Amino acid sequence: MPASLASGLIPYALGVSDEGVNVSGPAGPPEPAHWAGTAPLRLVAPDGTPVGDTDVGLSPEQLRDLLRRMIVARRLDSECIALQRQGELTVYPGFEGQEAAQIGSALALGPDDFVFPTFRELAAAMVRGVDAVQYLHYHRGTWHGGPYDPRATGFGPICIPIATQIAHAVGHALGQKLDALDACTLAYFGDGATSEGDFHEAANMAGVFGVPLVLFCQNNGWAISVPATQQTAGEIWRRAQGYGFPGVRVDGNDVLAVYAATRDAVARAREGEGPTLIEALTYRIGAHSTADDAGRYRDDHEVDAARAFDPIGRYRTWLLSEGHADQGFVTACEQEADAFAMEVRAGVIATAAPPVEWMFDWTFAAPTEAFQRMRDEALGE
Amino acid sequence: MSEQAPASDVREWTLSGALNQALRDSLAEDPRLLVFGEDVGRSGGVFRVTDGLQAEFGPDRVFDTPISEAGIAGTAVGLAFAGWRSVIEFEFDAFSYPALEQVIDHVAKMRERVRGRVDLPITIRIPSFGGIRGKEHHGESPETYYVHTAGLKVVVPSSALDGYTLLRHAIADPDPVVILEPKARYWSKETGVLGDGPGIGVGRVLRDGDDAAIVTYGAMVATCLEAAESLAGDGVHARVVDLRSLSPLDDGLLATCAMETGRIIVVHEAPRTLGMAAEVATRVMELAFDHLQAPVGRVTGYDVPYPPASLEARYRPSVERIRTAVLQAVNY
Repeated sequence: MPASLASGLIPYALGVSDEGVNVSGPAGPPEPAHWAGTAPLRLVAPDGTPVGDTDVGLSPEQLRDLLRRMIVARRLDSECIALQRQGELTVYPGFEGQEAAQIGSALALGPDDFVFPTFRELAAAMVRGVDAVQYLHYHRGTWHGGPYDPRATGFGPICIPIATQIAHAVGHALGQKLDALDACTLAYFGDGATSEGDFHEAANMAGVFGVPLVLFCQNNGWAISVPATQQTAGEIWRRAQGYGFPGVRVDGNDVLAVYAATRDAVARAREGEGPTLIEALTYRIGAHSTADDAGRYRDDHEVDAARAFDPIGRYRTWLLSEGHADQGFVTACEQEADAFAMEVRAGVIATAAPPVEWMFDWTFAAPTEAFQRMRDEALGE
Repeated sequence: MSEQAPASDVREWTLSGALNQALRDSLAEDPRLLVFGEDVGRSGGVFRVTDGLQAEFGPDRVFDTPISEAGIAGTAVGLAFAGWRSVIEFEFDAFSYPALEQVIDHVAKMRERVRGRVDLPITIRIPSFGGIRGKEHHGESPETYYVHTAGLKVVVPSSALDGYTLLRHAIADPDPVVILEPKARYWSKETGVLGDGPGIGVGRVLRDGDDAAIVTYGAMVATCLEAAESLAGDGVHARVVDLRSLSPLDDGLLATCAMETGRIIVVHEAPRTLGMAAEVATRVMELAFDHLQAPVGRVTGYDVPYPPASLEARYRPSVERIRTAVLQAVNY
């Protein structure tokens, strides 16, 4: 570990230079605008060519699993959008294009670690073992937060208020530190969240308390209609320096780089070296949600150009060219993804509205008599 | 909570000192209880409520935070997920507002969102209300915001001994409890033994009387007792009810008072519109309309920003205003 890193005072960019490079080269499509500036950690180029040490300590089976999970997640995402169009889900926020950022980071965590997500981390949730149908109860409108067990899965409830979950992660990590656990907490958030006061308060407190925390920003370029370039004039990963801990910029569409950066941050956290801020550069291919029409504010050409940086195509090319998998494996993954999507569809459609008494059952651990009277009134008892 | 109540002798307590003792006893009982906020550690709190606790229990369990009210509340939520119990302090009433998003969206709702798999044993201490010739933003009455938020319990002590009881109940409660501590009463004294007492949701009658019932809480309790004493000189016997718990309200006590006196006057220093008096008046009508002999009266702050120190005596309910309201009800 370099001394500068241990001190936490010098930004940690995993040895990459400060001068931006357009890795796709002059002939390739332009990178998304918010990727400008410091070159991110990148192990596999957008065309699938290795450009760094791709030996991140994963076995061939684990490497194949990364692709399998990304294919399954994307297929489910498209199924969810279809379910919303068919009236089976309420508003649904898609994550197409962010599979590598979510799966690469979530797979770097251990079973004792804990995640506080936003509302767009279905792919990460599945890595943590959250049941997809239970997760989708949220978007079906049958429960808030999600009915899965956060403690059993190490995955907190879905969080819609922007950046508030980061403070929860600080508290959870503080609890882990006080219990001297060999574990850490990871908070997901987006580029827009870094403009919220709660991001600042949480990051600052994390630095002061020295808690085992990974602050994982998926900078997907868009906060509904506001581009990341209008969200902040600086580079998000650099904020870490002001809070006294390392920051990393990583190509969020390079699943191996995301995994490596998160693994390192997790190791630092567990070793008692405090928080790390990771800015994962990715791109929101879809609209903010099914209730949003991105055509009102975003040029389709920008989306087409961003597809050249797609995380799945890139990784598949690399995996096949390295001989870790063949086309038969890819086909099997796609078949599994179709079957899984159908299974989840059936589960979602079978999810009924909860009984009315559930409105009252968990508001208080120790409900008062007055509260019980209101409950009885509502239930006609 | 009661088993561990200190068997101390009868002695004189200030509200600040009694609250301090409640924190000390709770910290001693529960090794997973944490106390944190701005200036609560080294300095012992701007009102000395946490005085000496860091020295006694260590900086891991009693600690200062950056000036980050939302961060403090959010941290308490995360600690609950990790199995810790928290007492957090917002230094003054108006400075609790930066944390409203965390309190309303998460502290209050989280247990329901996770179907009870995580309890939120969080006590939020807020030095509140006026009467100390404070600067602006140091004299507000934020109770309606919290009472209107489903998932919270809200209590207000009016005296030293009851401050101990209410804070101990708040900390022991598995649900989030907001305790609004009347700054104007921190140095008021009461003699007795600290211990168990009525829990959250239970009010108390501090003075008997059958002509009318004055319903109040916090620092106004002392003012109402003074008014009742004065009215007794005129032959009007007013009961004084200390609500103690604003959410939930003690409906049974309100009903009894309405039935036995027929006249209810609600007193608080919060602005009038949608203040606690609005809720109490409605409940009294629902519970005992046929027993009322006069409209429910209310003596409150005005619907204006809390005034500067030199005017606060004209803003907060006075003995004279309370007397007038009671006499109007009696002569209705």
